[in-house]
Amino acid sequence: MNYDKIIATAAQEMRASGIRKFFDIAAEMKDCISLGVGEPDFKTPWAVRDAGIRNLEMGQTRYTSNSGMKELRTEICKYLDRRFDLHYDPDSQVLVTVGGSEAIDIGIRALVNPGDEVIIPEPCYVCYDPITHLTGGKVVSIPLQEKNQFRLTAEELKAAITPRTKVLILPFPCNPTGAVMGKEDLEAIAEVLRGTDIMVLSDEIYAELTYGSERHVSIASLPGMAERTIVVNGFSKAYAMTGWRLGYVVGPAPVIKIMTKIHQSCIMCAPTTSQMAAITAMRECDDEIDMMRDEYNRRRRLLVKSFNDMGLSCFDPKGAFYVFPCIKSTGMTSDEFCKELLYKKRVAIVPGTAFGASGEGYARVSYAYSVEHLVEALSRIREFLQDLKEGKV
Amino acid sequence: MEQLLKLLENNARLTEDDLGAMLDKTPAQIHEMMERARAKGYIRGYKTLVNWEKFSAAKVQAVIELCVTPKKSHGFDAIATTIAAFDEVESVLLMSGGYDLQLVVSGRSFQEVALFVAKRLSPLDDVRSTATHFVLRTYKKDGEMFLDEDPDERETVL
Repeated sequence: MNYDKIIATAAQEMRASGIRKFFDIAAEMKDCISLGVGEPDFKTPWAVRDAGIRNLEMGQTRYTSNSGMKELRTEICKYLDRRFDLHYDPDSQVLVTVGGSEAIDIGIRALVNPGDEVIIPEPCYVCYDPITHLTGGKVVSIPLQEKNQFRLTAEELKAAITPRTKVLILPFPCNPTGAVMGKEDLEAIAEVLRGTDIMVLSDEIYAELTYGSERHVSIASLPGMAERTIVVNGFSKAYAMTGWRLGYVVGPAPVIKIMTKIHQSCIMCAPTTSQMAAITAMRECDDEIDMMRDEYNRRRRLLVKSFNDMGLSCFDPKGAFYVFPCIKSTGMTSDEFCKELLYKKRVAIVPGTAFGASGEGYARVSYAYSVEHLVEALSRIREFLQDLKEGKV
Repeated sequence: MEQLLKLLENNARLTEDDLGAMLDKTPAQIHEMMERARAKGYIRGYKTLVNWEKFSAAKVQAVIELCVTPKKSHGFDAIATTIAAFDEVESVLLMSGGYDLQLVVSGRSFQEVALFVAKRLSPLDDVRSTATHFVLRTYKKDGEMFLDEDPDERETVL
């Protein structure tokens, strides 16, 4: 059979992950140190695991309501109010999803008609582009600039808006750059959007992981923005619960209602055990979030200083758990640099281009690893740069 | 200071440069803090955690529960200090509960440890009784797992 003819065109044209093969090689390589993963190295807090176990012991293994357990939706609203000054109604403005990924998927599907334009600031997480493509939407990329600390500016946004613009993806704190948008930055963006019919899909999965005196600010907390914003968040990064696959989305009731309809058809409901455990996470684990954030922050400082010291300029990222050093000084492309580093020193990092063309000249380095692991990897990268200087590579 | 001590407790080989980067201090400031911690006795030394079982060197350890008679003027301190002075004794802890002092004693063989208990520990005037438990295997020590490390099974999924 000719599967090229059978498989849907839009699915075939989805942008594939450029690094799958690269990391498959790394996985087979002996003594390879990876700084590639995008998930916490911490275990899920014990209280959360215990709650999941208790739920299973009690045999609570049935479906929940489509939009998620009422108790969890209520906790989500309390949490967003407590930590980010966001105010939502648990009955009509919250949907519990299978990770933030599902929320992004059905959010785009709920909003985008074929031909609609979706503005995506890049470099960014890899899923927005292919999902937009599947809906028949058109991706309009904004290449973010290091000189702006990889933040989206109002001028860049204005230049990208057309009459067909439907959605702005706002992925901050950002994977892969670690960039954050402060309140003033967001206010400038909000000013452009107020009075338009453009919706914001604000992916705030790293909201708890910001460093410095300013906590994460959600664009939905600014005047006039809640009605035009859907906020995606989840438990994976804040509570080290990646494998539990649990996220949520909050937003205007009419949008959440449609998203729930899509969710009902394709998922039914998020995993019951995970939902039960997540209630405990939100009630009891604020301290655990702070502990993990403090640890990430120490590692972040170590990486930023080390990369700058070894001659790879690295802006000071204030969020997520990635640094995004510039490798242009080596004269290599991102892909060449990462491949050579892998083959010569057995250190695996992700080329910036995996996150969009504007990632050229950069690499993503995750610090979701122990300090010992990071110190060893940095030592190898230092050696690699020295070898480069001496013409040994 | 507390953060520095925690980092060093986990890994005493971190350089002053790396510690400084993590704690937002200069290497000189870290050096000064470490000197101060040493002078104040917060830092008692820098040792390496060795898994002797893995190295297969002859080393036997025993946990010994001791009931002792405290002295009127010095309580448990006098007898505890006397016992701590033996080279074979790796740690001495004053305990609540069913016995008074807990020791970790090491030697090259079971017999050597048994002889130490019989000939040096038990005869002490203030020692009323001993119960010796030999260590068969170490799974975790000082916060470190002594089993083979779990491989990092996280996938690069972006």
